[in-house]
Amino acid sequence: MAKQIKGVLGKKLGMTQVFDQDNRMVPVTVVEAGPCVVTRVRTQDRDGYSAIQLGFGQVDPRKVNKPLGDYLRKHDITPRRYFTEVRTEDAEQYTVGQEILADAFEAGQFVDVTGKSKGKGFAGVMKRHGFGGLGASHGTQRKHRSPGSIGGCATPGRVFKGLRMAGRMGNVRTTVQSLKVHAVDVEKNLILIKGAIPGANGSLVLVRTAVKKGAAK
Amino acid sequence: MHTQIQELEKASMRTDVPDFRPGDTLEVHVRVVEGNRSRIQVFKGFVLRRQGGGARETFTVRKVSYSVGVERTFPVHSPVIEKIQLVTRGDVRRAKLYYMRDLRGKAARIREKREAAPSGK
Repeated sequence: MAKQIKGVLGKKLGMTQVFDQDNRMVPVTVVEAGPCVVTRVRTQDRDGYSAIQLGFGQVDPRKVNKPLGDYLRKHDITPRRYFTEVRTEDAEQYTVGQEILADAFEAGQFVDVTGKSKGKGFAGVMKRHGFGGLGASHGTQRKHRSPGSIGGCATPGRVFKGLRMAGRMGNVRTTVQSLKVHAVDVEKNLILIKGAIPGANGSLVLVRTAVKKGAAK
Repeated sequence: MHTQIQELEKASMRTDVPDFRPGDTLEVHVRVVEGNRSRIQVFKGFVLRRQGGGARETFTVRKVSYSVGVERTFPVHSPVIEKIQLVTRGDVRRAKLYYMRDLRGKAARIREKREAAPSGK
């Protein structure tokens, strides 16, 4: 069951619409893929798991600390802004210093996209958890968006742990699974993914081969 | 919008779209696929509005068919459209002609633009 997961770090550029072969409109998110570089290969023997480490983005070389800077210099890699590891069984087929671009993916395959969702601030229960709120009329007073009851009275005499309430929403790492790759522009290094992906335009996203759909055995 | 997205949109944009505005009367030739045959259907009416920008721009054409108002919205750059023919230019003072929906009969006419105006734009 050697799953070959391909991954690439990229930048979410934004959304648009394109026409497909059947002249239907398709909503797509444009992701600028990398260019990423393999900075480290994790193997079963040495590290106990199999993965590749990817580097992406630019950073001032003076701002990289010694241990990381020396490691990268040893392998002749310019310093990168972001690093991530992608667990894959075929990590040994990668070499340190190898570039990964948009052509790691092809049109029609499915991917998972991970990013940091937009922060919504302190959100009420209707927005945060999809509660229905209270009635708009029938005498409801100043409670139209409130959660209603949050538990009993003397029994149990407390509010249960984990009860969904208002609070901070968004700004967390989110993965959207099984999105279809609509097209890959190798020349411009862009991936067009059907549908929406987490995060604001310009934010960092990780595109990986889908776990549930279409990962090559 | 990001310039790379604008470039991407440019690739799917048509170049043969005539310059038309709300109030103009158009004949939109639409490709209709029935099974594996395709034919062309003409939808004639005036432009109620144009909306959106870039490759995502759409326009709505309204006509009155058997005394029932019919509105159809097309993407300007849709490959489904065989061609767009400009019939007349209308003289209107608004970008969205929603008020036309409430008018019928003689009132629901749009004056034709006089050619005296330079370039008739």
